[in-house]
Amino acid sequence: MKIVVCIKQVPSTEARVQMDPIKGTLIREGVESVVNPFDEYAIEEGIRLKERYGGEVTVISMGPPQAREALKTALAMGADKAVLLSDRAFAGSDTLATAYTLSLGIKKLGDIDIVICGKQATDGDTAQVGPGLAQRLNLRQITYVSKIREINLKNRKITAERLIESGTQVVSTALPALITVVKDINQPRIPNIFSIKKATRAEIPVWGMQDLGGDPKDFGFDGSPTQVVRIFTPPPRQGGEIIQGEVPEAVAKLIEALTSRNIINL
Amino acid sequence: MALKVIKENCTGCGLCVDVCAYSGIKINDEGVAEVTESCILCGQCVDVCPAGALMMEEKKATVEDIFDYKGVMVFVEHEFGKIHSVSFELLGKGREIADNLGVSLSAMLIGAEGDSMALEVARYDVDTIYVCNSTWLKDYQTNTYVAEAENIIRTYKPEIVLIGATTMGRDFAGALAARLKTGLTADCTELSVDMEKRLLLQTRPAFGGNIMATIISPNRRPQMATVRPKVMAMPEPVKNPDVQIIQVQPVSGPQDMLLDILEFIPDTAGTVNLADADIIISGGRGMKGPENFSMLFELAELLGGAVGASRAAVDSGWMPYAHQVGQTGRTVRPKLYIACGISGAIQHLAGMQTSENIVAINKDPDAPIFKVATFGIVGDLFKVVPELIRQIKGKKQQTAC
Ligand SMILES: Cc1cc2nc3c(=O)[nH]c(=O)nc-3n(C[C@H](O)[C@H](O)[C@H](O)COP(=O)(O)OP(=O)(O)OC[C@H]3O[C@@H](n4cnc5c(N)ncnc54)[C@H](O)[C@@H]3O)c2cc1C
Ligand SMILES: Nc1ncnc2c1ncn2[C@@H]1O[C@H](COP(=O)(O)O)[C@@H](O)[C@H]1O
Repeated sequence: MKIVVCIKQVPSTEARVQMDPIKGTLIREGVESVVNPFDEYAIEEGIRLKERYGGEVTVISMGPPQAREALKTALAMGADKAVLLSDRAFAGSDTLATAYTLSLGIKKLGDIDIVICGKQATDGDTAQVGPGLAQRLNLRQITYVSKIREINLKNRKITAERLIESGTQVVSTALPALITVVKDINQPRIPNIFSIKKATRAEIPVWGMQDLGGDPKDFGFDGSPTQVVRIFTPPPRQGGEIIQGEVPEAVAKLIEALTSRNIINL
Repeated sequence: MALKVIKENCTGCGLCVDVCAYSGIKINDEGVAEVTESCILCGQCVDVCPAGALMMEEKKATVEDIFDYKGVMVFVEHEFGKIHSVSFELLGKGREIADNLGVSLSAMLIGAEGDSMALEVARYDVDTIYVCNSTWLKDYQTNTYVAEAENIIRTYKPEIVLIGATTMGRDFAGALAARLKTGLTADCTELSVDMEKRLLLQTRPAFGGNIMATIISPNRRPQMATVRPKVMAMPEPVKNPDVQIIQVQPVSGPQDMLLDILEFIPDTAGTVNLADADIIISGGRGMKGPENFSMLFELAELLGGAVGASRAAVDSGWMPYAHQVGQTGRTVRPKLYIACGISGAIQHLAGMQTSENIVAINKDPDAPIFKVATFGIVGDLFKVVPELIRQIKGKKQQTAC
């Protein structure tokens, strides 16, 4: 089975805690890049599918040269191959251009059976690249997958559980397909020292616009219909009132505060 | 590159470098700012530059027929025959935007009981309802719904399309925008109009709510946005006597149902689901064990709310993942969020900090959750929660008599 996992490198959430109190902006210091948390589940699921059904896992990322580090993490976990799509021409891509670029990269890999994406990336928080990519590749899509029940390679079918607001939906569709995964699907493995060392030495091919073909005006800034016009940090939420007193008294005050403001009605 | 450095103006102060979360800009050997390959063109550096040395190139003027597109259209989402409340919220907001632009408001309804649902939609102030009705459109499937929506949009050419940012809405919108090759802004919490340019200003949280971004789609149509449920006000039903219901012939057929929906397992933990709940009672590591969540369920039941959990509680196996709130769980925005034994780690806050009111119950006075709480009680939750239940029960009995 040919498995492709799309991963993105994102700034770590921990690093963004600091806010400059005077300028009201985020402080960059100590920003560390990590594999998008949902993509760790995607990588793990790819490797598990390989272990269960045989085949090969290729991880692919579009991003600046340092996104190579994210790909190395995936190789250390057990992915077989990695490809980086990187070119100055890709800068400023929104989800439409990102999905386009990834789709060309995946087409270049040849026939595939399944593409796995994370549910969303923790920086942009859009959850749009997976569905956009499925359209570009003309693949069936199953989003929010919490469990792959079965892949039948003979009938070329996948049966999966997906988490929607009101419960779990069990669906099945034909391969090739694209799925996006949520955290519940597995527990990502921690790579051992040996595989980390091996991954550090891995050669990762870098494909640019020339390698991918495609129309130059569909990439990067020009290929992105959306444009950010303003970024601002929301005013930090003000901590409110700490209700004092012994438990029964504090609880009574809390109920009074909530009912008098119509937050709860008893 | 679309971000330009005007070298003559740059003083090399480095504010741009400080503000960038991506190492997208640096001060080079000549002592001036230089854009690096990591730049994502977010424009934050442009805003902080005191010397006017940074400039963002505008998107190129359009060559497309964008002026053929007129009007605001709302996608009507439904599940098990029930219209999702976010669709009505969007009709309210859509009306306001349409009035500002001086255009009409329409609704797009794809389904199997389209006619009866159209009557429900017609209770609100909408000008046109496009109904695409067929047996195979009964349940949402990406492929069939996207095909019908694409047809409706290409035929009736709305300039703006609004969709609820629900799980279904995001599955649908992401695919539809790619099919239409147009811009899509995710999970907006604010919409307004730039009257001069007649553009939709779409504001949304990113980075788990640590940053807000305003986004436009200047040169493609329609301008599409998914909008977070419960953010826009629910409109009053106002009947429009001139409402038109237009039947649209389906372009898909039963063979286009690419998914077999085999089974649905409703979430049985609690009676209200997290996404719909006005009140959420959440428990964290401080709950100590799964058995103690029963008191949160009791409180939720009393208040008509749902039960959530922090990642720590989910990873310990105390609550199913569907109830996890936070960066790798769900994002919620209830009227009231009660956090019991939750420290308030940044990843948890990312999923709940926009709640209207937050109550924190935690024994550690320094827990970060207190920094965002509207009301806090520093104390042992095993005493506070049962007391809360006891007093609420008492009050309810009083009012019942
Ligand atoms: C990539 C990534 C993604 C993540 N995504 C999420 C996410 O989606 N959702 C999420 O929730 N977390 C997420 N986390 C984890 C998050 O950072 C925290 O680890 C988690 O929220 C901790 O949960 P907690 O507050 O319940 O536990 P703790 O941080 O251990 O806090 C427990 C709190 O309970 C208090 N307490 C204990 N006993 C009592 C008592 N008897 N009475 C009153 N108070 C008591 C303690 O003082 C403490 O403040 C993520 C982490 C990472 C790295
Ligand atoms: N630049 C990228 N390179 C590779 N995969 C990506 C990229 N951006 C997004 N993805 C994939 O799409 C998923 C959803 O991302 P997003 O739509 O940005 O929230 C991620 O979890 C990744 O699997």
